[in-house]
Amino acid sequence: MPIALPAAPLKDNREKLLERAMSRHQYSGDGLIEVLHTAQELYGFLSVPLLKTIAHKLRLPPSRVLGVASFYHFFSLKPKGEHTFVVCLGTACYVAGALGLVETLEHRCAKAGTTSPDGKVSVETARCIGSCGLAPAVICDGRVLARVAPHGLDEELERIGVE
Amino acid sequence: MTVEELSEMQAQETERQQKLQNRLLCCTAAGCVSCGADRLRHALADAVAAQGRSAEVEVCGTGCMGLCSRGPLVLSAADRRLYGNLTPEDAPALASPNALDRQHLAACVIDLDGPFFARQHKIVLANSGRVDPEKLPDYIAAGGYQALAKALTEMTPRGVVEQIRESGLRGRGGAGYPTGLKWELVAKQPPAKKFVVCNADEGDPGAFMDRSVLEGDPHRVLEGMAIAGYAVGAQQGYIYVRGEYGLAIQRLQNAIKQAEREHLLGNRILETGFQFRIDLRMGAGAFVCGEETALIASIEGKRGQPRQRPPYPPESGLWNAPTLINNVETFANIAPIVVNGGAWFASIGTASSKGTKVFALAGKIANTGLVEVPMGVTLRTILFDIGGGIPGGTFKAAQTGGPSGGCIPEQFLDLPVDYESLIKIGSFMGSGGLIVMDDSSCMVDVARFFMEFCMDESCGKCIPCRTGTVQMHDILLRITKGEAGPEDLAMLQSYSTLLRETSLCGLGQGAPNPVMSTLKYFPQEYEAHIREHRCPAGRCQLTGRLEEATA
Repeated sequence: MPIALPAAPLKDNREKLLERAMSRHQYSGDGLIEVLHTAQELYGFLSVPLLKTIAHKLRLPPSRVLGVASFYHFFSLKPKGEHTFVVCLGTACYVAGALGLVETLEHRCAKAGTTSPDGKVSVETARCIGSCGLAPAVICDGRVLARVAPHGLDEELERIGVE
Repeated sequence: MTVEELSEMQAQETERQQKLQNRLLCCTAAGCVSCGADRLRHALADAVAAQGRSAEVEVCGTGCMGLCSRGPLVLSAADRRLYGNLTPEDAPALASPNALDRQHLAACVIDLDGPFFARQHKIVLANSGRVDPEKLPDYIAAGGYQALAKALTEMTPRGVVEQIRESGLRGRGGAGYPTGLKWELVAKQPPAKKFVVCNADEGDPGAFMDRSVLEGDPHRVLEGMAIAGYAVGAQQGYIYVRGEYGLAIQRLQNAIKQAEREHLLGNRILETGFQFRIDLRMGAGAFVCGEETALIASIEGKRGQPRQRPPYPPESGLWNAPTLINNVETFANIAPIVVNGGAWFASIGTASSKGTKVFALAGKIANTGLVEVPMGVTLRTILFDIGGGIPGGTFKAAQTGGPSGGCIPEQFLDLPVDYESLIKIGSFMGSGGLIVMDDSSCMVDVARFFMEFCMDESCGKCIPCRTGTVQMHDILLRITKGEAGPEDLAMLQSYSTLLRETSLCGLGQGAPNPVMSTLKYFPQEYEAHIREHRCPAGRCQLTGRLEEATA
């Protein structure tokens, strides 16, 4: 069955970089996860047209590509906000009160796992970022914040302009 | 590079380092970096340059020094002094040749002969905090790749397997399968395509040992894998590393490139006929991929779902070829065993558990960080002598083994820690996360937390795990909300048995462990929630109505 390509093909050099990632794996289905990593890095998230393109190029059924993309937590099928907070909910952070930080963020920005309606902030939780010595830890836009006090996120929220 | 050139490089680099007046080693592991280690390191380099001593004093980054709670850490090699809790403003004093300038830093000095360091025995972490993980000559100066050279030039593949067997090393990923036996199984498969896989998908919440080893001493893992490849007859290795471990990935990529350039990996390693390549595969956040058959599926680009065993991976693994899968810490033990011999390693530890174990200390403990102790030391030594005890609270339980492990109560503090004794008391060695809880933690809530984890991470392939974890979580949630009745405890017991006996892989089989161990050692907490409608730790909000619950 022919696979419909996305209506508006992706034009910039991201397309080329993605192509390169696929050719590095000889367009083999074995490289699917690596290709999805690259695609997410380039586009921020994995849209359905993007997944279809990848399925087509790697000669895989779209169901397999969507199946893999939705299986792993690391892959996001929805666009992310301008800023991202990842609250670690590993055991050490959990016993150090990380849930309170999630509540703060949910109260002020968005429910965990979602993005605020204005597209400004995404709130996520992680299963352990391996920084247990720094519990509770929060990753804000890629930076690890250590031993975050209950009001420790206020400053960050102010910096990115959350009311 | 030939074996002679390797020794030459070792001598040259050692001589260069000895000629220096001082080396300032900055811990640049993830813990210290998030406390500003990068800025401190730059400030030190600037201070050294400003004093015009760049030729005599070297500032370099290292892997984890262990005492994460005091970061950022700097070790001054010349006078063997370790400083902690530093700021970039301290840089000029630290770099100064005049000891008087450092007087005001006395409070930052950490006693290297204190129990935290003195009670440890470092094999896996021997280089961590001493060598720069981004510089190959540094690793070589510390004796790196000598084990590979010895294996390739003085030993037969069989001989290597024999040494590993003699050492008594057991898999450090948690289950403790004898490493030598596993290697032998792969080695005796008919010569054809074989693979060596390093499991660096450290998913247990509360565990960061593998991360620290990869970040602090990546070449050690590569060397261990190459030796394994020689011993079992494989030419290709994969490291399956968690996608979340950005720094570890970067350092591994860098290390692989350096090793390939010097012919320590790739074709004609050390000018011998042996070839071995290592590629990275990034995980994508699925806990179940720590299970070996799920990990294999993930490397093949599929959903990480386990399959029925046998056949075990040593017979049929990656792309149906014989595959050796070991954990990061296991591979990190290989080079010292090859250099010093299996008998040396077997002399450390207990009768059935040899060598050392790295633990990640976290939770309610003074010295959070990374420690390595000989097998068989007591939990009390680890937590109170090395860990410094529980600040402002009383010890309630130590959790080992992550979501497949259990909570160890106070009565077992004097138990020697090894594989067997932990299983005997309903816990599990696991990969080495050790989380300390004091009386502010509710054990029912902890059990619920782990069950939620297993519920989310269940891959959905087998029904006992997929639906059993949901049912168990539901009961635990109702207990913490004060909505459960006494019959729910019996139900929990029966689900536990069901999951343990009928799940396909270790995730489902181990999922009931936290529940069973807390039920066994802290039954009064469950009773208090159900019958008295209160949470002894004051953590749970019991909003359900008492009459409803006990009716």
